[in-house]
Amino acid sequence: MTTQRALHIAFALSALIAAAPALADDDWIPPVTDAMTQTECGDCHMAFQPGFLPARSWAAMMDGLADHFGDDATIAPDKTAHIRDYLTANAGDRIRAEMARDYMRWVRADGVPQRITANPEFLDEHDFRQEVWDRPEVVTKSNCPACHTAADRGYYDDD
Amino acid sequence: MIRKPAIVLAAALAPAALFSASAQAGDAADRQAILDALADEARAADPAFSGFSAAVGETVFRTVWAGGGDKTPACTACHTEDPTAMGRNAKTGRPIEPVAVSVKPDRFTDPDEVSKQFRRDCKKVMGRECTAQEKGDYITFMAQQ
Repeated sequence: MTTQRALHIAFALSALIAAAPALADDDWIPPVTDAMTQTECGDCHMAFQPGFLPARSWAAMMDGLADHFGDDATIAPDKTAHIRDYLTANAGDRIRAEMARDYMRWVRADGVPQRITANPEFLDEHDFRQEVWDRPEVVTKSNCPACHTAADRGYYDDD
Repeated sequence: MIRKPAIVLAAALAPAALFSASAQAGDAADRQAILDALADEARAADPAFSGFSAAVGETVFRTVWAGGGDKTPACTACHTEDPTAMGRNAKTGRPIEPVAVSVKPDRFTDPDEVSKQFRRDCKKVMGRECTAQEKGDYITFMAQQ
């Protein structure tokens, strides 16, 4: 084998390895790629990946922003419509990603869950002592980046 | 021989310094435009309106209103007692950039952002909308912090 050919093969292999986590990593979910969704949802909390809820949940959430977990989170109607379209198109029941599938298998066919943190998949992975939840930087179970430092890029490694 | 590179460096840095200075001047002008609009609104609500006060703005910031959400009895619940410090959303845990203009010069420069944030936060803290007087006092206080 020539050196050049060996290099080609090595390069092709490394490209494969680099792509692999995105294809079959159960700690990864496709990140938010829409700028408006990132900005508007990310104003008050991490912009959660749409793959964690089914499309009907996101539709209900975007239709109910006047009482968003107790807060008025309304935004301009055109922005609401754009974000609603993005979230529903990329929802857990519309994409093929292992982590989304893990969450979707707990959702009943007619279920319209709103809290990602109430999903048994989440609860099973977060069975911690109360002291962990009481850490000052955590504040609430939905504050993913407090522990998952790359959560905004879709990585939820056990760290 | 040593001076020449220094001159080149100064020439390279000057536009950056100018840009930064003009950006801050632009921020100040944008903030003033928001204050002017609030002053018009405050005058329309009360003909005796006599301008905005940083001291009253500080009171707005520190008062425990307790009219809104359980976790947000005062502005300081999220922004801390020190406006120049990083804050944290008391409900979601998300870090919040300092409110003080000295630390974050583009605070209170986007009218849409300002009205959205006051609408949300006043409801959460006071349980009602803020008046134009309160908003203007608050911004005036933060502009001096």
